Amino acid sequence: MDPLLEALRLITSGDLYVWNVILRSLQISGSALLLAMVIGLPIGIAVGLTRFRLRLPVVAVINAGLAFPPVVVGLGVFLFLSRAGPLGDLQLLYTPAAMIGAQAILAGPYIAAVSLAAVENIPPDIALQARALGASRRQAILLQLREVRTSLVAAVAAGFGAIISEVGAVMMVGGNILGETRVMTTAIVLETRRGNFDVAIAMGIVLMLIALCVNAALLLLGRRTIRRGQIA
Amino acid sequence: MNAAAGPLLGGVGLRRSYGGRTAVAVDRIELREGEMLAVFGPNGAGKSTLLRLLAMLEKPDAGEVAFRGGSGRPAERALRAASAVVFQRPHFWSDSVEYNVGLGLALRGVPRSEARARSRAVCEQLAISHLLGAPISRLSGGEAQRVALARALVLDPEILFLDEPTANLDTDSRLDLRHDLERVARERATSVFLITHDRGEAFHLADRVAVIRDGKLVQTGTPKEIYENPADVYTARVTGAEFTISGAVTRAHERMVTVDIGGASLVALGEAVPGTPVKIAYRPEDLVLGPPDVPPADLSTRNLVVATVEERRDMGGLVRLRLRGPVELVALVTLDAAEELGVEPGVRVAVRVKATALHAFPAAPVGPRESGTS
Repeated sequence: MDPLLEALRLITSGDLYVWNVILRSLQISGSALLLAMVIGLPIGIAVGLTRFRLRLPVVAVINAGLAFPPVVVGLGVFLFLSRAGPLGDLQLLYTPAAMIGAQAILAGPYIAAVSLAAVENIPPDIALQARALGASRRQAILLQLREVRTSLVAAVAAGFGAIISEVGAVMMVGGNILGETRVMTTAIVLETRRGNFDVAIAMGIVLMLIALCVNAALLLLGRRTIRRGQIA
Repeated sequence: MNAAAGPLLGGVGLRRSYGGRTAVAVDRIELREGEMLAVFGPNGAGKSTLLRLLAMLEKPDAGEVAFRGGSGRPAERALRAASAVVFQRPHFWSDSVEYNVGLGLALRGVPRSEARARSRAVCEQLAISHLLGAPISRLSGGEAQRVALARALVLDPEILFLDEPTANLDTDSRLDLRHDLERVARERATSVFLITHDRGEAFHLADRVAVIRDGKLVQTGTPKEIYENPADVYTARVTGAEFTISGAVTRAHERMVTVDIGGASLVALGEAVPGTPVKIAYRPEDLVLGPPDVPPADLSTRNLVVATVEERRDMGGLVRLRLRGPVELVALVTLDAAEELGVEPGVRVAVRVKATALHAFPAAPVGPRESGTS
């Protein structure tokens, strides 16, 4: 049978192996994205909105994070979590937690850097206008962020893009263990090597669809927030 | 406007610099309850900075702003709750007009239904209720400024700060908005702090005018006081005076001086010792033209020179004339008067002007001045 048709059949028939890997991918990358957002967004927003002495070096470090090679990040996390490493006692190597950590390290700088760039370009008259309308400090910040919400959503989308398709780091710290740490990217590598092109193609199609859907959903979410006008 | 006694808002010893350049150096300014105070001056004079300082949106390098006699954080909070600002280029959040008008109320925790009702009421007052559902991006300049005014008025402020609200509008929109500003402020008895570089706006709308130059207040008083008795050459110039006459004082007596302008003498208001070189400020509309052969004996006007029309410029119902006599003069007469006198280039006319319409100033500028009480 044509590998493409077989791939479609695997997806639509709810093949247990394929869907297990897909759900595990979503679980790990979703958790990593959440963690990266919780850390990256406040850092990007805070650095973008404030002026302090060592701001320039801090911005340089955040931007440098965009160029982190995933395998190097994977190596770093591996060394930290390996038995001889500082966090070896936690025995997290080859677990989903290790993969979440590595992916968060990869996505965090994207989210921080893109949100920082968006926030630091907010015209100062927005804060002035907000304060003139009687906004508290917190409200004034939210009103400023409201004006760049699409860029903030784009920051999260960039972070998601950086991890959902990443293979080097998750392979190193996850180990591609079936039912545990096997995700779509590592599965595609493995199944291609095995010659199971139908499975690899099925994973590839789902990976592409997920990337498309998540980005579309994030953009829609950004627009809805505009309509609702939840500022205070 | 019903100006009552007692300063509502005041600034003392205000100083603000940016990169070593002094933007504001105002020793004293106050806004009284129910009045409209216009700060009038050219671009870059420090008007907007002064507004931000008085609105407590920016901290001065030195000096203090007091609201209802209080200062510091409590006064800042009270002023924020009791005031609203309309900027020259207001920022709108990308949403509907209704959202933007009601934003200040939402920030103050006013329930949504009440905010909606108040927004509708104020928009009706400003004739923009048909725009409530429109996206903010579709508004014209005039509509946008009206929405900005509605967004401020919906807060029912005690003090309304207006930073050149009509500066970017076409003539019709400017006049309409100016009219609405005056009407609404009167109806609500709101105290208004208006920043403007438009002489007509300042002098027609305000109860008092403060003239600002290089960050300093040159003169504060009612429009009449400033118009009739400008403190210095600068104030006279920005309030529309001409300065084509110069000469030397030959006699000084009781706040009046006689000035030799070369071939003729003029009596003017002013204080200077004989021999002082002076410039004489006058308003073109104060010059009275007539045929050169009418004897002045029966007139109270003390100053008379004969001049020849050099240039005539028609400006709608008015005619601006450039005259050459002992000195160059600029006169403004109605079209009817110009036709009656037959003023064309080359025609000789007698120019009469009352001494009290001429202000002699020493060539060196003088310091700030507070005109009498208003």
